[in-house]
Amino acid sequence: MEITGILKERKKDVLDRWFQEVADTYPGETPRFLRNKADRFANPLGHAVRQGLEGLLNGLLSGAGDDELAPHLDEIVRIRAVQEFSPSEAVRFVFQLKGIVREEHGGRSGEALADELSEMETRIDRLALLAFDNYMSCRERLFEIRVKELKDTISVQARNTWRPAAGEAGSETFQKRNDRRGKDEAR
Amino acid sequence: MAATPKPEELQQIDYTPPEKEWMEVPPSFKPGTWCYAGKPQILEYLGLPNPRKWSPADEDWKFPDNWKNTILEGIRERLLKFRSFHLFMDICVRCGACADKCHFYLGSGDPKNMPVLRAELLRSIYRREFTLTGKIFKKMAGGRELTEEVIKEWFSYFYQCTECRRCSVFCPYGIDTAEITMMGRELLHLIGMNTNWILEPAANCYRMGNHLGIQPHAFKDSLLGLVEDIEMETGIKVDPSFNRKGAEILFITPSADVFAMPAIFTMMGYMMLFHHLDLDVTFSTYASEGGNFGLFTSHEMQKRLNYKMYAEAKRLGVKWILGGECGHMWRVIHQYMGTHWDGCDELEVPVSPVTGTRFEHAKFTKMIHICEFTADLIKNNKLKLNPKRNDPYRVTFHDSCNPARGMGFFEEPRYVIENVANNFFEMPENTIREQTFCCGAGTGLNTDEFMEMRMRGGYPRASALKYVAGKHDVNLMATICAIDKATLDALVKYWIPEVEIGGVHELVGNALEMEGQNDRETNLRGEPLPVEPSESPPAAEGGEAGAEGGEA
Ligand code: SF4
Ligand code: SF4
Repeated sequence: MEITGILKERKKDVLDRWFQEVADTYPGETPRFLRNKADRFANPLGHAVRQGLEGLLNGLLSGAGDDELAPHLDEIVRIRAVQEFSPSEAVRFVFQLKGIVREEHGGRSGEALADELSEMETRIDRLALLAFDNYMSCRERLFEIRVKELKDTISVQARNTWRPAAGEAGSETFQKRNDRRGKDEAR
Repeated sequence: MAATPKPEELQQIDYTPPEKEWMEVPPSFKPGTWCYAGKPQILEYLGLPNPRKWSPADEDWKFPDNWKNTILEGIRERLLKFRSFHLFMDICVRCGACADKCHFYLGSGDPKNMPVLRAELLRSIYRREFTLTGKIFKKMAGGRELTEEVIKEWFSYFYQCTECRRCSVFCPYGIDTAEITMMGRELLHLIGMNTNWILEPAANCYRMGNHLGIQPHAFKDSLLGLVEDIEMETGIKVDPSFNRKGAEILFITPSADVFAMPAIFTMMGYMMLFHHLDLDVTFSTYASEGGNFGLFTSHEMQKRLNYKMYAEAKRLGVKWILGGECGHMWRVIHQYMGTHWDGCDELEVPVSPVTGTRFEHAKFTKMIHICEFTADLIKNNKLKLNPKRNDPYRVTFHDSCNPARGMGFFEEPRYVIENVANNFFEMPENTIREQTFCCGAGTGLNTDEFMEMRMRGGYPRASALKYVAGKHDVNLMATICAIDKATLDALVKYWIPEVEIGGVHELVGNALEMEGQNDRETNLRGEPLPVEPSESPPAAEGGEAGAEGGEA
């Protein structure tokens, strides 16, 4: 497939552009910081975005399945799902690749290329759908954690209210079942 | 009929953030990024001004009359009272060294979370109102007028700072943005702009002795519940005492250790240790809180809550105070208590009754950290430890901001962990010790309605943790702060669910060999252990601690 070949050749440029477009969704000085700070622990956001995009691009170019793409996608979506973005802004970075691919195919044209381009775009669309699922699962997770935190506070207190006195019927079973023992359901 | 737009045109929604001067970008109050407002009855109880019902999401925040004057007078008063504040307002050269060091900036990408800009929120008012150049040159000199919008911005960003002091480590002038935030919050309190999650615990603590407002009998009952749990895990019935006059030591820890998951396992560890040593120690149901939410309110409130511990120590007639795994309790004791009062002459310099070690450094505070106490026991071979019981754990240690940057407490907890667990791995160098990344929810930001922002602020910590989890299969992050235990638990559930959060004395409790104990088939969480029951405990030193050096 010609377009894949071209993109593989130009992978570094494609990646740089894609990264820059994602970085530019942050205000002020931040895009520059995300691009330039090399230490991954001093710039965890920039590092994660770059890693994630690279994994996605490699996956798209090698025809990877959803399962292989998912962790790379998650690396970015999980962050954007809790930042100051609307849902569409949070996942838009996937669509941004389309424009880059169109511009990066080196000005070649023809029916074969158009077909390939459309196939690549279909793959990107599919990735976008995955991103949406991913975004939703992150938000759901966030609210589950919130609810669990509230419930935990209540249950630790309730545990005492309902504790049978030692030796009283049911005290043993109660202890065995008491909430600290239950394996965390939200995990 | 309008023509159907082309696909390219449809994609042309402009998402690029506006290139505006920071002063012109108003704060957003997206749900999940602000805390609920202080309830009027709580403000009244604490004697704070402008009690009313309001919400940060409202357009009208119900400012009190003459609020501008109140704020300006408040600034003036604090400039005179706190030399450091005055200095911090003047000396910043905007070198930018602190700019990318804040976890809220790193996790949000929002430039107003750069410490230098956070300080500028207040400094711009200072410049305009309190300096001659600012008065004459106004905006050209970086000054701006005090408006309701400015107050809303303060509220937003001074409650997106956990006063963690990480930025100050990098400032060549030693400017401590945490203290600027403290001033900002104090000023906001003057006009009634505050959060309930901070004020209600402060009020509860003042009135009932602890953050949750748990009454003495319930406090005692909860600890007795843990006594049963310990008996089930170890076969030993520990016997804590309460409000016992004449005890040698008063033990004070965050109430979360009594009530919250997973901190209660740490409490079990303390209780086992005390029992094992037959320590002459008592709990108080009045000073039943180490945490000091006054630190996030005002200097006066901080002083009230700190003093309460010493008042109780005097009442009980103890010799000294042992403090649990807490964050800001220690910050107050080490950084601020000495500025409040002359200290408690009725107490004595702490001496370990087991080893005889005299903790001379605590001669003013009369209070030592449980990790110091335990490290000293281990150093003097006073404990029998079986670190194998912690073998299912691959442990890392999160330095909590307050003991780390507030008191330089790095070695003791590590020493203890290395003696009670065989698998210990450090997170990368620039994310631990004095450079530690905050949990993202200190200073009273650990409330559920703030969850989204907590995830942003905790992201740098989570990212470093994920690295060691990937590299060394770390599955437990130990920490010595109760807020951390609670909030990091939520944090890892979002970012890295394979890791659990625990306490240092939970690990101590697991490893401790107690006379008359059962086969210890489970750890303190009731999880089965791989250790064969027949195995005899190893030497007192507690086996080889398999620590691996820092990764960078
Ligand atoms: S490092 Fe210090 S002097 Fe430099 S910008 Fe930050 S606060 Fe100002
Ligand atoms: S004290 Fe901590 S939270 Fe506050 S600005 Fe500095 S680094 Fe950020």
